[in-house]
Amino acid sequence: MRTIKFIIQKEFKQIFRNKSMLPIIFVVPFVQLIILVHAATFEMKNIDMYVVDNDMSSTSRQLISKFGGSPFFRLKKTTFSIKEAEAALLSDEADVVMVINSGMEKSLVRENKASVQLLVNAINGTVAGISNYYVMSILASYNKDLITKWYGVAQSSQIKQININYSFWYNPELNYKTYMVPGILVLLVTIISLFLSGMNLVREKEIGTIEQINVTPIHKYQFIIGKLVPFWIIAMLELALGLTLGKLLFNIPIVGNIFLVFAFASVYLLAVLGIGLFISTIAHNQLQSMFFSFFFMLVFILMSGLFTSVESMPDWAQMLDRINPIYYFIRVMRMILLKGSTFKNIVSEFISISIYAIVVLSLAVWRYRKTV
Amino acid sequence: MENQVVITSKNMIKKFGDFVANDHLNFEVYKGEIFGFLGANGAGKTTAMKILCGLLTPTSGEIFVGGFNVYTETEKIKRSIGYMSQKFSLYEDLTVFENIRFYSGIYGLSDADIKMKSNNLMDKLGLSAQRNSLISSLPLGWKQKLAFSIAIIHDPQIVFLDEPTGGVDPITRRQFWDLIYDAAHNGITVFVTTHYMDEAEYCDRISIMVDGRIEALDTPFNLMKTYNSENMDGVFLKLARA
Repeated sequence: MRTIKFIIQKEFKQIFRNKSMLPIIFVVPFVQLIILVHAATFEMKNIDMYVVDNDMSSTSRQLISKFGGSPFFRLKKTTFSIKEAEAALLSDEADVVMVINSGMEKSLVRENKASVQLLVNAINGTVAGISNYYVMSILASYNKDLITKWYGVAQSSQIKQININYSFWYNPELNYKTYMVPGILVLLVTIISLFLSGMNLVREKEIGTIEQINVTPIHKYQFIIGKLVPFWIIAMLELALGLTLGKLLFNIPIVGNIFLVFAFASVYLLAVLGIGLFISTIAHNQLQSMFFSFFFMLVFILMSGLFTSVESMPDWAQMLDRINPIYYFIRVMRMILLKGSTFKNIVSEFISISIYAIVVLSLAVWRYRKTV
Repeated sequence: MENQVVITSKNMIKKFGDFVANDHLNFEVYKGEIFGFLGANGAGKTTAMKILCGLLTPTSGEIFVGGFNVYTETEKIKRSIGYMSQKFSLYEDLTVFENIRFYSGIYGLSDADIKMKSNNLMDKLGLSAQRNSLISSLPLGWKQKLAFSIAIIHDPQIVFLDEPTGGVDPITRRQFWDLIYDAAHNGITVFVTTHYMDEAEYCDRISIMVDGRIEALDTPFNLMKTYNSENMDGVFLKLARA
């Protein structure tokens, strides 16, 4: 116990004496939080739209003004040339082009139907899908207006159709920040703890002090624990600070028990620090360690479900996510903060991450050699 | 000399793949003596020393340090030895006192002992004024003396020094050897590697390694007589060029 105390004391001294490390630990993550939350968004705003209006009728103009009034669309230009619109699509001037052929109004009045053409830049499938959906809903609402105008309210309500009533649970305003802040917070805490622990032990290898440690009667587990505890404390503090900032700046909801988040984090961090220390025992210098950490981090983040839904990944990828610690924590964070899940709901994640922590820490202790 | 054996090595062999770093090393080191381990760079000195410290496992041989087996009792060996490596071993970003406290702490010294020993040590080295200075701000010679003093802070039976005076000026080297004599006087066996031949003459007995083998082992006086040379330089050159 006493031995561990001396190691922890030394680590803290070294961390707080390192003037370039302190801002990296305590400032950078929060600047990142503020920037990332605003930048990493799927919310569709400002869809640039070109309209080719060859009808020039009151109907077509009304339709166009519907789009002009929508907060999602920005009417860049109305033109008569389909060529010009296509060029705009190619040069990214326009995201969506709506083509209204001449005779649209006539056909609507005479034949009770008309069509408009929609050209969507679908390089990003998700964005294309969402813009398409928005256009559709505006057209649908315009249709309803027309029916009401021409046949009267009674008529319009007689058209039989199944209406779907939405009600969005847990994030009723579909606020993207509410969804992203907990996830990004997980990332920042993870990156800091993985890199700090990954660099630490290997740094002692580089400067040669590890050899001095290795000739002392220190036990392997004592050394690993002594390295682990300071970073664990820092990461927990970091999480607390991040949650506070999230609450103050982005007003993220904290529906569930905040202590449950910290309880889960306490185990989760052991797993992440364990990975870092394990990497540290394998790598020969800080550069190698950085490279390992970076590689794992990239795969972990992309598969974590932060941006994309894990449920829509192929089965093998979902199986692979079982060894992705970030996946568990993001999931649990969102469940507790947004849904108010209780311990009962996250018990399986809790068990998984505990096993994870035990396995990686054992690996780290096993792989740390006191002999060269 | 009371001739109580503290290190025994019988046929110590260490191979790295096909390369034989230590080839049948046989020697004994007695309690309280200063045993010099000489050899050119790459002769296998550091490898042998690391085996004795329990940092490397030998390929074969019967080796005992402080009465403990190097294969099975490395943790007991580590409790009874001190070690100062070629690479600099203090934490540059900690102060003099913090380094002393850390190393004495992990050797299990009590708080009272740590306080007393660190004060004595800093007095002896004339470092009391630098108690709260970072190691990085000290000159190399002071660092080396401090590193040595920390290596013996837990009163080990044996202290291993791997080229402790590399890059240090002659005056500081002399002062360093005073510390070594002091330690030996207090009953600590000193096992030291060096390639400064004048330092070899300060040792009670020396062994000279060439290409992984021990070519000669005796007192400096006897070696100079055997090899018909006026100083250790001559002895060494005759052996190394043979």
